[in-house]
Amino acid sequence: MQIKTEEIDDIVLIKIEEERMDAHNSGTFKEQMLAFFNEGKCNLIIDLSAVRFVDSSGLGALVSGFKNASAREGSLKLCGLQPQVRSMFELTRLHRVFEIFASVAEAQESF
Amino acid sequence: MAEKVEVDIIIPNQTRYLGLIGRIAEDLVYSLGRYTGDREKLAYHLNLVLTEAITNAICHANENDPDKQIQIQISASDEALNIKVFDEGVGFDLAEQTTGDIRDTDECGRGIHIIRRLMDQVNYRRINKRNVLEMIKKLH
Repeated sequence: MQIKTEEIDDIVLIKIEEERMDAHNSGTFKEQMLAFFNEGKCNLIIDLSAVRFVDSSGLGALVSGFKNASAREGSLKLCGLQPQVRSMFELTRLHRVFEIFASVAEAQESF
Repeated sequence: MAEKVEVDIIIPNQTRYLGLIGRIAEDLVYSLGRYTGDREKLAYHLNLVLTEAITNAICHANENDPDKQIQIQISASDEALNIKVFDEGVGFDLAEQTTGDIRDTDECGRGIHIIRRLMDQVNYRRINKRNVLEMIKKLH
């Protein structure tokens, strides 16, 4: 999974640089998040603005990250959802689980 | 005159082809001359249900066996989209996959639920040593 990361204080900003999040790349993304958790970095912002398509595997990877962050008393927040991607969260009712923000700045301010 | 488009593709049992099939599915929806609904939404949904169905076939039915294949048939008419995904594996129990609630924190199990939510008819059956997941979406 192509990602770009930036650390701002104790927050890790992960920008997904793929158009699709599906069963082909979501396993790698889970491992990439785990590497941060293993380093004790448990506050993540996932910037999905470049993602046009997400399937149940992509959602599952985000749920995995959310659970790992919460278990370590951190949090995983999402931002920049395109309309079709947002509709996936609504279809699966996962919009009730995640904190979703319009922009990186808004997500950052919420910590 | 009635318009009908048919696509028949065979891919190796690998997730790297999901994007290719998704793009073909979306292009097919944009080529439907007479569809008057939300084309962008239908294209996304066709991409999505195919992605879910093929992933299920690769990982569950064909058990990630690289020597197996997946066949995809899409038939689009003025009335409906008919999508068939064939696997060569042991199959799975469709009823078992769709009963029971998905908890918010479950990482797996949403694929077939998504297909059921978006399609009008879904069935899975065995034909000539293969299994087929058939999904129908009415266009009116």
